[in-house]
Amino acid sequence: MTDDTSKKTPPVLIFWIIAGWVGYCLLPWYMVEDGLWSFRWVLDGYPFDEDVAPGLFLIAQGEKLWLAPLLIPLTLPLLVLRCPKSDPLYAKVLILAGALGFGWLIAQGFSIGIRGFNFDWLKSAFGDLGDRQFGMGYGAMICAASFLFLLTQGIAARGAINGDVFVVSAVGGVITIVTAFVFFPIAKMLFAAFVTEDGAYSLSVFASKFFDDRLWGLGCFWGARCGAAWNSLILAILVGIITTVLGLAFALVVTRSGFRYKRALRALTVLPIITPPFVIGLALILLFGLSGTVTQFFADLFGTQPTRWLYGMPGVLIAQTLAFTPIAFLVLIGVVEGVSPSMEEAAQTLRANRWQTFRTVSLPLMRPGLANAFLLGFIESMADFGNPLVLGGNFDVLSTEIFFAIVGAQYDQGRAAVLAMVLLFFTLSAFYAQRVWLGRKSYTTVTGKGDAGVHPLMPVGLSMPVLLVALGWALFTIVVYAMIIYGSVVELWGVNNTLTFKHYVTAFSVRIEAEGIRWTGAAWDSFWTTITIAALAAPLTAAVGLVTAYLLTRQSFAGKNAFEFGTMLSFAIPGTVIGVSYILAFNVPPIEITGTGVILVISFIFRNMPVGVRAGIASMSQLDKSLDESSLTLGANSWQTFRRVILPLLRPAILAALVYSFVRAMTAISAVIFLVSAEYDMATSYIIGRVENNDYGLAIAYSTTLIFVMLSVVAFMQFVVGRTQIGRRMSQSRTNV
Amino acid sequence: MSIQSKAAPVRFEAVSKRFGKDVVAVDTIDLHVDAGKLVTLLGPSGCGKTTTLRMIAGLEMASSGRILIGDRDVTRLPATDRDVSMVFQSYALFPHMSVLENVKYGLTFSGFAKDEARSRALKGLELVGLKGFDARLPSELSGGQQQRVAVARALVLEPQVLLFDEPLSNLDAKLRRQVREDIRAIQQDLGLTVVYVTHDQEEALAVSDEIVVMRNAGIAQIGTPRQLYDAPNDRFVADFIGEANLLACEITEVQGDTATVRIDGHLHQLPARGLPPGKATLAVRPSRIRIGTGSGIAATVAKATYVGVRMEYTLTGAFGQVFAVQDDVDDPLKPGTDVTMTFAQKGPVLLPE
Repeated sequence: MTDDTSKKTPPVLIFWIIAGWVGYCLLPWYMVEDGLWSFRWVLDGYPFDEDVAPGLFLIAQGEKLWLAPLLIPLTLPLLVLRCPKSDPLYAKVLILAGALGFGWLIAQGFSIGIRGFNFDWLKSAFGDLGDRQFGMGYGAMICAASFLFLLTQGIAARGAINGDVFVVSAVGGVITIVTAFVFFPIAKMLFAAFVTEDGAYSLSVFASKFFDDRLWGLGCFWGARCGAAWNSLILAILVGIITTVLGLAFALVVTRSGFRYKRALRALTVLPIITPPFVIGLALILLFGLSGTVTQFFADLFGTQPTRWLYGMPGVLIAQTLAFTPIAFLVLIGVVEGVSPSMEEAAQTLRANRWQTFRTVSLPLMRPGLANAFLLGFIESMADFGNPLVLGGNFDVLSTEIFFAIVGAQYDQGRAAVLAMVLLFFTLSAFYAQRVWLGRKSYTTVTGKGDAGVHPLMPVGLSMPVLLVALGWALFTIVVYAMIIYGSVVELWGVNNTLTFKHYVTAFSVRIEAEGIRWTGAAWDSFWTTITIAALAAPLTAAVGLVTAYLLTRQSFAGKNAFEFGTMLSFAIPGTVIGVSYILAFNVPPIEITGTGVILVISFIFRNMPVGVRAGIASMSQLDKSLDESSLTLGANSWQTFRRVILPLLRPAILAALVYSFVRAMTAISAVIFLVSAEYDMATSYIIGRVENNDYGLAIAYSTTLIFVMLSVVAFMQFVVGRTQIGRRMSQSRTNV
Repeated sequence: MSIQSKAAPVRFEAVSKRFGKDVVAVDTIDLHVDAGKLVTLLGPSGCGKTTTLRMIAGLEMASSGRILIGDRDVTRLPATDRDVSMVFQSYALFPHMSVLENVKYGLTFSGFAKDEARSRALKGLELVGLKGFDARLPSELSGGQQQRVAVARALVLEPQVLLFDEPLSNLDAKLRRQVREDIRAIQQDLGLTVVYVTHDQEEALAVSDEIVVMRNAGIAQIGTPRQLYDAPNDRFVADFIGEANLLACEITEVQGDTATVRIDGHLHQLPARGLPPGKATLAVRPSRIRIGTGSGIAATVAKATYVGVRMEYTLTGAFGQVFAVQDDVDDPLKPGTDVTMTFAQKGPVLLPE
């Protein structure tokens, strides 16, 4: 490489300059009604009609003149095209252009909305605008991206992160989208809690909603009803404790007992991944509801009147325990296996018997894992929406209250926002506690050294009850799932138990006609929407997650800890909160995407991103850093290194992230229920709708179909990933020669 | 077309590297590596030698000072824009690419046409003696072969500077000698500028044109292997390069360039190296100690070890303890024997106290 290469204009710079001009001069600036990809706008008076015109044509016709200043930052970078990268002017001009363009785009986006100026002081300063604007379209988005990456290239040219354009741009990009789609909506929601009915900000509004009796009332101690906040908290604590205990029992059975069918128990861990969250609730209704099998059986036996005991706290508690125990099991099995056998063997050689060893060594070493499992159960229970909706009855919890505040007759955004804040406060506190707890105490006893020992068996006094509890619960889980399948093929549960495929036919019938296949079933619409949206969201989620993981494991930059915390934070934000905040933030310009498929895709990306990040971090930390470095010294830049060395080696992690985000997008309900529209209805919200109409047969048949679809997706992944992993293990063992 | 050398000199001007606020990994060093020379950075672990190497590669950025390769200031240039390649301790072969793809990897980013890149890569493999191995995966090669692929991959780019980061540490002792000879031969045939990091002083002595001994983030001494071995600057260098017995002595008199020193009443004459009369340290290599029965320093054999080619003795006396080797293996001395110790005429070096 000689000096003249560094004088050549970097292709990335040319690309983003061109992109900026294309966005400004060619693409429709504002949202196009039928979507960009229908291309109907080409015939709709493009490029002169106000609705579909690009920015340049708008200002040429004297409209939307506030877009005119963008010409300056678009032109500026052209001046440095001939400038070498090391010239300080190059960096300065790019930073100026990027910051100016991006800043102006944001400023104009927020100050001018559908009613002209959004702020009174602007109105009084400049008079009435007499014009308005809608949500940003592809033209504006591409322009914004161009400015952002001009800015990052400028920052890179100043020497940040070793002058690495790709890394600086990736950091900038991830920060921007996380800010736009996580922090901005949450902030918007927090503000909404202070807004009075006529749009002014007021603390007393917040106070009156916050200190509402429906939220904090303690009536349940003297026979009345408790507030939703207390209900949620008590429920979450109970679920956390019970799932942790059950999860520990399963983990102990699998690692420390002579039980023979351990593999079958491990299969339980797949269940929560493939089960839509409210399905458990449905199955419980089939068993213990008013006309449930068990209820009827005992009613006949004792001649008592069937009661509605299931609807309320007990039902929700059982459903959530069923749903989240496998998660605790998944966490605890790692922890229980991670306790070094030699520690336990050492204790035994020091004359502790099995019971004493377990009590004084094994259990204390598992303590952080137990805390982690508890907190996960706590967070999941707080965030769960489907089960309380199906089984809650008069038992109000925060997540369902938020839903009813927004969609119910009350339509009170402020109340929804306040409830969401309380919910967010609980989950964030748990998230914070988890990080503090795990950060301080690490009892990981797994080291790189081979540990030849064997875990001792549980003491007999412990193993019997543990085995009984675990097997009993496993049996219960099996019965519940069997009920789901059985329930989908009976005519009308509890009334007419004849077997029938009627529900499947209603949902998934097809007719083959001359013009081709006609999807006549009632469920097809939402089914295909779900598949499409999940398939769109999955690769994007994986991409964002892996790039973030790459930045976190491979690069160091100022503010990396805050960056990591920010990206993981969306894990602790319950779906209901995301749903509410998206509605509040994205139904007005500059980003106006409520009611589109885009908002669903985006909500999935940011709901599931932490999963991709964790998968990426786990597998990237196993790749030796010298691989990247040698690629860099061989002349590849960091983008080429990422694409040609890291990505191929991460194939299993990518696949796992893809499938996992696909499946999660198919089963999610809590955020989705706020964001679906008539045009874009998702499977889960369709099913909930059926349940609300007491159409259980169809709902259960649809759920069963979903479970099997996802089971086959997960099985396919296991098959493919399993094979690639074998290839990798071989290569690893042999590179270690 | 064969592999050419574009060897360029490397120059460090007052270069420092700090990690965080307090950790100084490299402290204001000046260094000049001539074009076409093999220079070794040698020192105990944590002395800053690997950081120095990585600053040449561009994998670490200097906190202050200037780094030049040829006449070009590369201080702020990232690794990918420098004309440098590096052979890693772990080889860092890409496990998902064949041997040929590995060697071709860098060429594809240097603007070579596909055919050209391929034929250059094959040439490189031939040069390191791996002709015919091009379709294998790295995992199907032995450690030594992987090592040579890593060298070929770096060589074919015809870099201005070629860097080696402890390239032999993952090889067994026998292979180590052969590979280091191969590396030296290729370097000399092609006239490459090579900077080589090792903590093994024997390896450094064997391959280098010049050795830079580093200590505590700074340079202790620069010199040819012979200069460092025969005339170390101080106790640290003397002890680190080869083994040396460091004995307290007193310079009684300096005449011209020659000093007379006294140890336990025994007198010895040697070059003064500018030291004034007074207390000093005498560094004596184990092989430069003569054991006899005539006049000399009284000592006792404390330990005698037979290692095949020679005898190794530990002698004790009023001076403390020394380690000596003798070629005579036929009449070994028994522990406990009283002997006298003298020094060879050439070899012992005076050091400041």
